[in-house]
Amino acid sequence: MTDQTPALELEDLTMHYGPVRAVDGVSFAIRPGQVTALVGESGSGKSTVGRCVVRLVEPTAGTVRIAGTDITHLSRRVLRKHRDDVSIVFQDPAGSLDPRMLVGDVVGEPLRIGARRLPRKERDRRVAEELGRVGLRPAVARRYPHELSGGQRQRVSIARALISSPTLLIADEPTSALDVSVQAAVLNLLADLQRDIGFACLFITHDLSAVEYLADEIAVMYLGQLVEMGSRERIFARPRHPYTQALLAAAPVADPVEQRSRTRVLLGDDLPSALDPPSGCRFRTRCPLAFDRCATEVPPPIPVGDGYAACHLVRPDGTGPDVRVSSGHEVGA
Amino acid sequence: MSTSTAARPEEPAEQVLDVRDLSVTFRTESGTVSAVDHVDLSLARGEIVGVVGESGCGKSVTAMSLGGLLPGSARVTGSARLHGTELVGASEPVLRKVRGRELAYIFQEPMSSLNPVLSVGRQIAEVLQVHEGLSRKQARARAVELLALVGIPSPATRVDTYPHQLSGGMRQRVMIAMAVACGPQVLVADEPTTALDVTVQAGILEVLRDLRDRLGTSILIITHDLGVIADIADRVVVMYAGRVVERAPVHELFARPRHQYTAGLLAASPTPGRHAGTDRLQEIPGLVPVLSTQPDACTFADRCHAADDLCRGSAPPLEPQGGGGTSAAGHVAACWHPSTETRTLAATNQEPAR
Ligand SMILES: Nc1ncnc2c1ncn2[C@@H]1O[C@H](COP(=O)(O)OP(=O)(O)OP(=O)(O)O)[C@@H](O)[C@H]1O
Ligand code: SF4
Ligand code: SF4
Ligand SMILES: [Mg+2]
Repeated sequence: MTDQTPALELEDLTMHYGPVRAVDGVSFAIRPGQVTALVGESGSGKSTVGRCVVRLVEPTAGTVRIAGTDITHLSRRVLRKHRDDVSIVFQDPAGSLDPRMLVGDVVGEPLRIGARRLPRKERDRRVAEELGRVGLRPAVARRYPHELSGGQRQRVSIARALISSPTLLIADEPTSALDVSVQAAVLNLLADLQRDIGFACLFITHDLSAVEYLADEIAVMYLGQLVEMGSRERIFARPRHPYTQALLAAAPVADPVEQRSRTRVLLGDDLPSALDPPSGCRFRTRCPLAFDRCATEVPPPIPVGDGYAACHLVRPDGTGPDVRVSSGHEVGA
Repeated sequence: MSTSTAARPEEPAEQVLDVRDLSVTFRTESGTVSAVDHVDLSLARGEIVGVVGESGCGKSVTAMSLGGLLPGSARVTGSARLHGTELVGASEPVLRKVRGRELAYIFQEPMSSLNPVLSVGRQIAEVLQVHEGLSRKQARARAVELLALVGIPSPATRVDTYPHQLSGGMRQRVMIAMAVACGPQVLVADEPTTALDVTVQAGILEVLRDLRDRLGTSILIITHDLGVIADIADRVVVMYAGRVVERAPVHELFARPRHQYTAGLLAASPTPGRHAGTDRLQEIPGLVPVLSTQPDACTFADRCHAADDLCRGSAPPLEPQGGGGTSAAGHVAACWHPSTETRTLAATNQEPAR
């Protein structure tokens, strides 16, 4: 597994919508068969990263490599050849499935055109197989998306995404619109499929609790940049960036005893604008530990275990403070 | 007292809201929809009660029916008394007065309830001028105080900003300030943090707790998130397909869920840092049904692993659940074959009453 070409490699990916710096120099790689969770709050730019990878938007700068091929500079025509390598599943299955198409045609569409084109009969067989794999009855193929529940629709999107046997799946908040019981089923399904098929996955989410079952690695994004990266075990056990720590502290746990005894870390509500991000460390306007240098110097990534954290307070040996134990810090309120 | 079935030794201080036998049906093109079925619910002064359940379980319809906020296609029966005033069937002028002063609402999306062309200060001041008869100047000063109360930094400047200039979290704080402007006894918060990021949610929950502590406001908080319930609720009401299926003090509910639906919801909720080693979440198969009539059966039976003919042939009544000692006081569940599971909460020895 070690010296393989990454399934996805981002180098200095930058995406500016006019003056809005949605993504500002993001670099990371996903090995074949690996699941990386990209975690951040609304407006952090995480979905834009996913959109750049499937070229729904043209990045302003930087490179996206899929299985070693730089796709950022490919023409649309050549790109089509590589398109089957990457699939995407969106948050809102209702909005991403064509309401006038039968489920069977939605799922089979990737096999109707392009390199993986199959004749009708063969295609129908593959659709039935794929529906079975995501836990739907073959009869569902003859229904319309609006006749299905949210969880069933999300299964349909997953079946469609996987029918072309992609090497990389982008899942953009695939369970955020679902009830917990249904969310559990969809997360289990994704985890099972990933283990069985072995595709690499970029799992984009605002919900740290949803990634624990799936992710090998976690990348934390704030205002267009990665602030911390590491193995799932390390991020949960020893988060080093104050923002990661705050995110973990803020996600409520379904245990009243534990929840009520936790140190509260309140960040204040005012997320700075991506139009004019703060100087130095972008998190400094909400960081409980910010000090002078944070306004003037951009914190470099400091190696922590197998990853890094970009904070001035992380020491060269990878240790650092934790906002969750120094209570009483409150900023902006 | 909330029900005739619940054995509750110590009466909670003062009942502010008492809902009994509340049922709601809707007339729709495809026939009648039974959304809420004989719901009993009470709220004491200064109490925070959480209502939890999946989408479509009737949480919002229950909440909206209290203030007469349902559309004309809704038929509401039963009783909901707010400090002795009957709300079910009350006239619109009475309800409007109640909504202004005694019963206030906040919703998931504050932007839809705020006027985009008025500064937030003007909007709060208007409420105070209409309902409290304050002068314009007094109202503005009070608006600044209220913004401070809900944790908005530099309230004296923020009072002149417009809703679109504020972040989602700040807007929700403004909504709360407006809702509590006239010192309501009951605040109904329907998914107040669902659209917000977790770091922002934490602040909003803090504001709600603070209001209860400082002003003694009773809060009915509706959420599908058991983490939010664990954080803020004193008591919990679990709804399924329009019915109350379980009701218990918060620690009791999380430690000893009795209804199979509650047990399933708890098992399906991911909790960060708790699941190292396990790689599966528990699922609840199937969906919340949309009912045209209420059957004499447990409506969860189609999804329940413990269902049998009894469950399918007769509706389980809400009955007191023993086994938890004094902490089980007020614990009722409507299940023929209750779960016997005891879940270990973190450091259960901290639990006040075992
Ligand atoms: N105006 C209406 N007309 C007809 N049916 C309605 C109407 N409003 C709600 N319902 C139905 O009543 C039931 C309960 O809905 P309600 O909105 O109370 O659920 P909820 O528990 O608040 O769900 P969510 O978590 O999605 O907010 C649902 O079946 C819903 O479709
Ligand atoms: S660099 Fe400064 S502001 Fe940024 S996270 Fe570290 S301490 Fe906080
Ligand atoms: S009454 Fe029966 S079907 Fe309903 S929850 Fe209990 S065991 Fe399950
Ligand atoms: Mg609702």
